[in-house]
Amino acid sequence: MEFTRKNRQLLSRIATNDRHGENSPYFDGWKAYDSNPFHPIHNPDGVIQMGLAENPLCFDLIEKWIRENPDASICTAEGLDKFKDIAIYQDYHGLREFREAVAKLMGRVGGNRVTFDPNRIVMSGGATGANETAIFCLADPGDAFLVPSPYYAGFARDLRWRTGVEIVPVHCKSSNNFRITRAALEEAYEKAQRSNINIKGVIITNPSNPLGTVLDKETLRSLVSFVTDKKIHLVSDEIYAATVFSSPRFISVAEVMQDMDCNRDLIHIIYSLSKDMGFPGFRVGIVYSFNDDVTNCARKMSSFGLVSSQTQFLLASMLSDDEFVGNFLRESSKRLAKRRHVFTKGLEEVGISTIKSNAGLFFWMDMRPLLKEQTTKAETELWRVIINKVKLNVSPGSSFHCSEPGWFRVCFANMDDKTVEVALDRIREFVLQGKEENNHEADKSQGRAQRWRKQNLRLSFSSSRLYDESLMSPHMISPHSPIPHSPLVRART
Amino acid sequence: MVAMSKIATGNGHGENSPYFDGWKAYETNPFHPTERPEGVIQMGLAENQLCFSLIKNWLIKHPEASLCTPQGVNKFKETALFQDYHGMPEFRQAVAKFMGKVRGDRVKFDPDRIVMSGGATGAHEMVAFCLADPGEAFLVPTPYYPGFDRDLKWRTGVELVPVNCESCNNFKITTNALEAAYVKVQEANLRVKGLLITNPSNPLGTVLDRDTLKSMVRFINDKNIHLIGDEIYAATVFMEPEFVSISEIIEEEDVECNRDLIHIVYSLSKDMGFPGFRVGIVYSYNDSVVSCARKMSSFGLVSSQTQHLIASMLSDDEFVDNFITESKELLFNRHKYFTWSLSQVGIGFLKGNAGLFIWMDLRKLLKEETFAAEMELWRVITNEVKLNVSPGSSFHCQEPGWFRVCFANMDDYTMKVALLRIRTFMLKNNEAMVPLKLCRPSSLKLSLSRSLSRRMDDFMSPGIMSPRSPLPQSPLVQART
Repeated sequence: MEFTRKNRQLLSRIATNDRHGENSPYFDGWKAYDSNPFHPIHNPDGVIQMGLAENPLCFDLIEKWIRENPDASICTAEGLDKFKDIAIYQDYHGLREFREAVAKLMGRVGGNRVTFDPNRIVMSGGATGANETAIFCLADPGDAFLVPSPYYAGFARDLRWRTGVEIVPVHCKSSNNFRITRAALEEAYEKAQRSNINIKGVIITNPSNPLGTVLDKETLRSLVSFVTDKKIHLVSDEIYAATVFSSPRFISVAEVMQDMDCNRDLIHIIYSLSKDMGFPGFRVGIVYSFNDDVTNCARKMSSFGLVSSQTQFLLASMLSDDEFVGNFLRESSKRLAKRRHVFTKGLEEVGISTIKSNAGLFFWMDMRPLLKEQTTKAETELWRVIINKVKLNVSPGSSFHCSEPGWFRVCFANMDDKTVEVALDRIREFVLQGKEENNHEADKSQGRAQRWRKQNLRLSFSSSRLYDESLMSPHMISPHSPIPHSPLVRART
Repeated sequence: MVAMSKIATGNGHGENSPYFDGWKAYETNPFHPTERPEGVIQMGLAENQLCFSLIKNWLIKHPEASLCTPQGVNKFKETALFQDYHGMPEFRQAVAKFMGKVRGDRVKFDPDRIVMSGGATGAHEMVAFCLADPGEAFLVPTPYYPGFDRDLKWRTGVELVPVNCESCNNFKITTNALEAAYVKVQEANLRVKGLLITNPSNPLGTVLDRDTLKSMVRFINDKNIHLIGDEIYAATVFMEPEFVSISEIIEEEDVECNRDLIHIVYSLSKDMGFPGFRVGIVYSYNDSVVSCARKMSSFGLVSSQTQHLIASMLSDDEFVDNFITESKELLFNRHKYFTWSLSQVGIGFLKGNAGLFIWMDLRKLLKEETFAAEMELWRVITNEVKLNVSPGSSFHCQEPGWFRVCFANMDDYTMKVALLRIRTFMLKNNEAMVPLKLCRPSSLKLSLSRSLSRRMDDFMSPGIMSPRSPLPQSPLVQART
């Protein structure tokens, strides 16, 4: 206590508050992984990391390109003559070739239905820095942004910590696939106004993290018209745009704006190469605003987190190679689709449903049937079992501020095929064990509440019907229709 | 009208200062030896361009330092995926070792205290966010780097309060001045959270002596406020006196200090000449600050590609030792030539031993001792002499007439052109001048045009000119020894 009190006097409020978000239980899963990481040979009983949304599936393509293009580096014999100019280049406008290449990529990722202007490309310290910069430009301390939930856990830090801005969640529900409805937006907005909270804008993530779904045209149009109506900003985080691996296709807010009556000064896009290319280490964040003043301001702020000129140079070269980019995007989608399918099938076999998704590096898993009660507490308990017994670091829905307990985000791209098999085996074993013990329970004398101390798992199956085959049709399990007769499923609407 | 934040619509970014006009003049008409020989020569940019051949030679011999060579590409994937805000251990170790070597290995740095940031720019902002709340203040001795106004204040809401330093004692930072500034802030009902010093100094090009450093540490320890030492020019000290870092002072026996108050900002932008690589470092002796800064570093981590390169380069002891020595020698030579040329034409300057610039004394060229006159002179230098130098007012210098001129960001030819322009300009302001080849600094005698000499008479007291000036009756101020 003494230490904390002393700190509060010596350090800033920002330094001593919790808004960096790392005290959330979300990070406990990480600690479990860090202290016991899975390795196929050295630690086959370790925790498998399924909490990290990374995209390592296409590095063979990248490495091949690197070998074939030595002049993309300032350190090779072919590129060395550029070393000095690049090493001293600190202009916050960024290398022209870099901006042009990124603009071109953004266009391609949107199916070339939109052209992005290289002069609106502003750098930042990863998407983390980009989101923070956007908020610094658009809102004052105490202002708030509406954010449809479930949303990326890091927003709590990126949007709020040093900016002093608040998040007002717009809770979306599984009953309609977590769709963002105009009604929900209006309701959240009115409620905030009544509480004297000044809403400055809306932040959406499209494709969605954690859902792995894309927004349809109608929803996008309704968002654009909502913000235009209310004269507030719309920030669209599109960092998963190129991870769309099946239909429907990705539609950027930039595309929707083109044939709409709207105030373009309110629209801003956040982009990054961390997910689409698999380069989180390179810290390539982009703020793309249709508002000139915001572009200028963000550019000045980019001094706090410019992309290393060495990296700008490499990426300018790589992303201007049209053939490479085209091939990369196609292969990446293919491999993501394949991986997703392996999981979908594997989970279906043991009766676990996931929300139907076509993008992202993760899926949104429905574990509500396994909760002893529909509470966050029960979700956290289940989560601890999954981490400590099943040894999978997945992310509980509560860390994404999901209003319904029982959902988990599971990353599927950040491991090799072998590890996928091990993960699926563990899930199968866990579910089947639960089923077995459930059956065993039903055989025992009635009226006795059972505790599975071995697993520290409390699932109150008063009936064995949970895994009854007759209920297990994909149609029923789809989030469109809850399982009405299951004793565990409560009405969600 | 679309509402943006107050931060966005204010002037806190600092770019509306006249300081940037010089940049615009340069950008619209940049000098090029063949294509634009009449263009503006950039002398406002503190860059270290002298050592690139050394670096390139090393790169050729070490292809594994790059992720893009056949020898390095096997590390590409793991590096591209590495986003841990602790930073690569090899990177931190190499930087810690480098920082130690730059201080003559008189002190050791702990790699676990090395925290990354988006250049020194990001480092300063991050430190301000960790140590102060909006409205709280840092004391900063003048003259100081103009970028501090943006870096420390803009998005943080923190205040900067100048501690005035004067040419009469070579801009020394006295305890009296510190105390006076501290009291002033208290009286304004503001809370002082710390003292920010730049050592070696930008724009002065000097180092702080041991006594001054000790008295500063005593001051902050007494007041229980932070001391932030911006040491980004540490390896640019090219002659005596030796650089003394705060990291050394706090180890001294007669210095009592709460280490939780001590923080160093570092970078590779000046010492190595790599501003484009955005390698900023926060090194704090306070564990909570290290922990907090590390979390904040997510907003401005060093690209893992660059961490990999730097880790490799700075772990090569032989290269580093050689680089530090070579760099000093090249800076020394460049500085010597430059200052000699300035004194040849009667331009005075503060005697410096570090940095990438010279603090030039043009007070005698001012029409009057005002900042308006300084700006007028500056416009003449920019538009007629075609040199982009930086006026002292942009550094919050309290006395008009001082200019910072950078000497390490150009090749030899450009430097000679620049010096020739200065010479021509000075000659125009004098009736006659002894030709360069016959002249040695000590025997320089000049006669002045009448108007200039009348102005000179007004200023000719040793008190106004440096007290160390050897020739108080000289119509022109000589180099001070």
